[in-house]
Order: sequence, then C-alpha cells, then structure tokens
Amino acid sequence: MAEKVLMKGNEAIAEAAVRAGLTGYFGYPITPQNEITAYMSARMIELGRAFVQAESEVAAINMVYGAASTGKRCMTTSSSPGIALMQECISYMCGAEVPAVIVNITRGGPGLGNIGPSQCDYNQATRGGGNGDYDMIVYAPHTVQEAVDLTYRSFDVSEKYRNPVLILGDGALGQMAETVILPDFKEKEKSDEGWELTGAKGRAARSIKSMRLAEGKLLEHNLHLEKKSKLMRENEVEYSYEEGTYDILVVAFGTAARVAKTALKNVKEYGYNVGLFRPITIYPFPYEKLRQAASQSEKILVVEMNRGQMLFDVQLSIQNDKKIDFLGKPGGQTFAPEEIENKIFSCLK
Amino acid sequence: MTVAFKKPESLLDAKTIYCPGCGHGVIHRLVGESLDELSLREKTVGIAPVGCAVLLYDYFNTDIIEAPHGRAPALATGIKRVRSDLTVFSYQGDGDLASIGMGEIMHAAGRGENITIIFVNNANYGMTGGQMAPTTLPGQITTTTPKGRNTAINGFPFKMAELIASLDAPVFSARVKITDPKSINKAKKMIKYAFTLQKENKGFSFVEILSACPTNWGKTPSEAVKWVGDAMERYYPLGIFKDIGGDK
Amino acid sequence: MQKVVIDIQKCKSCGLCIEVCPKNILNFSSKYNEAGYNYVECIDDDSCIVCKSCAIVCPDLVFTLYKPDKQEVKNG
Repeated sequence: MAEKVLMKGNEAIAEAAVRAGLTGYFGYPITPQNEITAYMSARMIELGRAFVQAESEVAAINMVYGAASTGKRCMTTSSSPGIALMQECISYMCGAEVPAVIVNITRGGPGLGNIGPSQCDYNQATRGGGNGDYDMIVYAPHTVQEAVDLTYRSFDVSEKYRNPVLILGDGALGQMAETVILPDFKEKEKSDEGWELTGAKGRAARSIKSMRLAEGKLLEHNLHLEKKSKLMRENEVEYSYEEGTYDILVVAFGTAARVAKTALKNVKEYGYNVGLFRPITIYPFPYEKLRQAASQSEKILVVEMNRGQMLFDVQLSIQNDKKIDFLGKPGGQTFAPEEIENKIFSCLK
Repeated sequence: MTVAFKKPESLLDAKTIYCPGCGHGVIHRLVGESLDELSLREKTVGIAPVGCAVLLYDYFNTDIIEAPHGRAPALATGIKRVRSDLTVFSYQGDGDLASIGMGEIMHAAGRGENITIIFVNNANYGMTGGQMAPTTLPGQITTTTPKGRNTAINGFPFKMAELIASLDAPVFSARVKITDPKSINKAKKMIKYAFTLQKENKGFSFVEILSACPTNWGKTPSEAVKWVGDAMERYYPLGIFKDIGGDK
Repeated sequence: MQKVVIDIQKCKSCGLCIEVCPKNILNFSSKYNEAGYNYVECIDDDSCIVCKSCAIVCPDLVFTLYKPDKQEVKNG
C-alpha cells in the first residue's frame, strides 16, 4: 500500500530505491547526502539486502558495476567531488552496458567548494564526465515527491536501456523534509535477459566488457550505443510546461525551478503574464518543446544555481541569443524568490 | 589409453596473446583445473584486470567481467555481496593490484570478503611495455628505471602476500612460484586450497604467484624462469604467511 | 596410439618443455606453424613415461597426454 509520510529528501530517495527492488547499495560519506548512506546502512541490512560502506567513491561505483553485472538492482549516491571520482567507472558501465542508478546530491564547486545546494554539475551530468562517447538519462527532480517518483522509475528505465541513470538533485532537495506518498514495494520483473553474469550453468560463458580491440568492433559498438541514445532522445524526454503565450518564460530545473515557481506566482499577482518551462530530464534535453514554447513568448529567462550551464542547451534550442537573459547564482546557495522576481521585473521593463 | 593430461573444462580452447614463456598461461590452467576439480565452473564469475590478462574472457569458460584498472576487488565485493552463491575471483597483475588498485585490494582484504585473489607478480608492467611496477626489484632495469630501480628515488617493492597476511580478516595468504613441475604443482595446491576456502565460506584468500615476463625482462624464457627462482624468490620468499582456514 | 599429442598451432616455441623432459624426447621442429613458430615435437613417443612435466610447464596448453592402460602395457 502506498503510504504518506514526512521525510527528508535524502531518506525519501533511499526508501524509494528500496521499494523499487534495490538489492545492493554501495556508498561513501560525503555531505550533503550522508542521510542516504546512513538510512541504507540500517534499512538494507534489516531487509537482508547488501550494504557496503566503501573505502572511496571509486570503490563504491565499482562495487555497483560488479553487483549490477549479475542483473540485480544496485545504486550508489554521492555529491559533486565524489561523483567526479566515479566518472571512470560510469564510462565503463555505459561502454559495458550495465544498468544502475546513481544519485548526485550536488554541492558547491569547483573543488571542495562548499556544502551548499548547487547546480554546478549540469555539464558533468549531461555531457558525461568520463572518457568516450556515452550518454546517461539524467532526471532533475524539484520536490521530494518528484525525487521519490523518479528514483522509483529510474531502475526500470536504466534496465530498459542497459545504461546507468543519474538523478541530479542538490543539497536543498536532499535536506528538506516534505510530505510524500511512498510507492509500493516491487521487484525486478525479468530475472535474466541474456547478458547477466550468473555462472555459466547450462549456457555458454558470458562476458561483460568495454574493451573492443578487433578491427571495426569499437565503431560498431559505439554506433549501437548511439542507437540507444537516439531512442532515449525520442522516448524519454520529460518536462513540465503549461501551454501559453508569455511575456517572460522562465527556464529552470530542480531547486532553481522550485524557487522560480514562488517568484512567478508573486509576479503574476501584479498582473504579468509569465510562465515556467521546467526540464525534468536534462539529458535528453527537451530541445524541441522548448523551441516551440519559446516561439510563443517574448523573452526567455534562464535561472540556474551556477554560472550558466543549461543556458547553452537553451541557446542551442532557441537559436536566438537576443531573446535570452540569464540569472545565475554560483555560490553553492539557493535563490530567494525576490532575486528572481527582481530579475523578471527588470526584464519586463 | 586414458587421458593423463588435458585442458580443463574451465578454460576455452584458445590461443592466447601472451608472449612465449609468459607465466599467465600456466596460472590460467591452475585456476581452471581448481575450478574443475571443485565443480565450480558453472557458478563462477571471474574478474579481468587491466594488463596482459585483460582478455581473460577469451580464455576462461566461465562468466567474466572486465574491471577498470585496479578495481577488481571492488567489483568482486559487489558481485559476492548480492550473489553469495557465486564463486568470485579476481585475476590481477602487480601494477593493477599493488599500485593503482592498492586501496581496493587492502580494503577488500580488510573486510574479509569471501573472494579469491589471484595475484600475478612479474615485477613489471607487462602490457604497457615493461615499466617499473610496485614489485620491481631494487636494481632491476625497466623502461622507466633505465639504470635499475634506485630505492633512493623509487622506494622499495611491496611484499603483498605479507601485507595481506598482516591484516586480521583474511584467512589465507601465500606466495608461490611457477618455475618447474614441482613448484607448479605446489602452486596449484595453494590455488585450489584458496578456492576451497571460498567454497566453504571461510573468507578472503590471496595467492601471489611469482611469474616470468621474458619479453620485458629481455631474457629467453629459460633465463626468465631461472630469474624468478633466483632473484625474485630471494626478495619475495615463498610460503604461507597466514592460514586460519581451519579455525574459521 | 600416441601418448603425446601436440597442438602445434598453439606452440610458441618457448622451449620450456624441452628443458624439463627427463627422456629428452622433445625437440624443436624444423617446420613452422601458422603463427611463425618452429613448434615443438616429440621425437620418440615410445620412450615417453607420461610424467607430465612438459604439460605442467607449458604456458600454452599445447600438450594432451595419454597413458596406456595396464592391459595395453602387458600386451606391449
């Protein structure tokens, strides 16, 4: 039965994964996502599932890679510098086609930065921080409920494409408590799809690898990966947008979109016609829908808690820089609604 | 006539990429025979390193996954934790295990994961052309120690079997060589014992194998094998450094 | 039937088997295999005592060995 509870974002993400049939969790301490690892250390053991506090983020993601190669649902969570350390293995997993779910509760950067909420890992998440040609579906929830729903679904999506899926949150989302409806417990439906490493009993031995040395094999494989990415781009784009003709259309994701919602509500009270376009998947990015939405609006304001990273995708989508304005906050901190309201008013002038 | 010697079922009928006289082929066979004799082939997942043995999946008739450089013990941990019924082994060289993967091997050992580590020590990075490894002997010439390993600059080699044995969790750590029929048979015994311990859920087992790399050492296969039993064995004593398998 | 069967295509002519053979019945062939190695051959199968030394040191699993049954030995 679905149940309604008050939970911190981090813990709600953890419980959603547990309910999605998570079999192995592997993590390493880093703020501001420590509640996930702490929650899992009790919850997974209580359910007789695997939990390991790894010796590093590098080890944690490699434990996921190994465990997930058996076909079990596995997950790791971390924050910006920790996710940076995981990039090598994420590239391997994409190359070797091993599904898993990775959560980045982003903090301020570069380097050690600070532990405040930030969106500074947009490029890392959407462009692939590791080596080689690969893509990951990246979900950017803006409420705890949405984080729960996307985490719960992300396991199915990662298995559908045999590719890791990233949930990109931030410290604000991880730390805030909200009332959420938790989904029912479920288990992975299919147990063997022909690639899992389960011991070569009654079948030929299988291998999982990313290396392809034979002439032409890497080309063939990368074209296959591109076919999968094309399917992701065709089928997995998600966004939130209320059709309309706006004087200003704000484009924001995650926590920035959440604050923008409040700001837009306040601005509307002055009688202005303003709207919000919120990508839910930032890879694949909703280029076409945004292009169409932008054509209905006078001006586009991109709001991000960074120096302007999604901004490039908006520019790519709209192809009209004169129309686009930007409000950024790269300090590992959220906006106050007034900051966004003031920017909207100045754009309206 | 009865068959007195043949390829184990746990190995594929394949030509390897290894150089003439390289020890990997013998070690593959010893692992394969051990899996056969313990009836583990059909429930095994092996982990290939980055290095000459990266193509393990072309040689083993078991499920195999390829690890990023040095990370095999972390993959092994993940696999074993979600599928404790599987036999899990990593097969790693000295650069992979004792340099870039030092963190992963020590912590997997420290946790006492119920896995088996096959550690091939040939005192250099073979695949990349013979650079200094963490196990390169003092004075040994490699492409990155052209005048021989100078301990004032490069420090001293790691004795992995002893290091692993110094931890509380591992149940078995030994060093063997594969220079002649007698030592090879002994190495086989140690490897089979390591897998037996895993099969009996005893815990972490580690076998270091001193092995020849004729090509990068600039020696003939015969000279290289002699150097293993001579220079290498002098620095890396053979033996069982820890065995509490019977007590657990 | 032969006691020593050699998969000549797998041989890399490292010669380790030749050195350990107590009967000195292994030698390099004058011929070369597909990979360009002058492979090893058994020059006197009858003398083989099936001690397995060659197979044990061989890195390339070149050898398959057969042992005569007691009956066969008796019948010579």
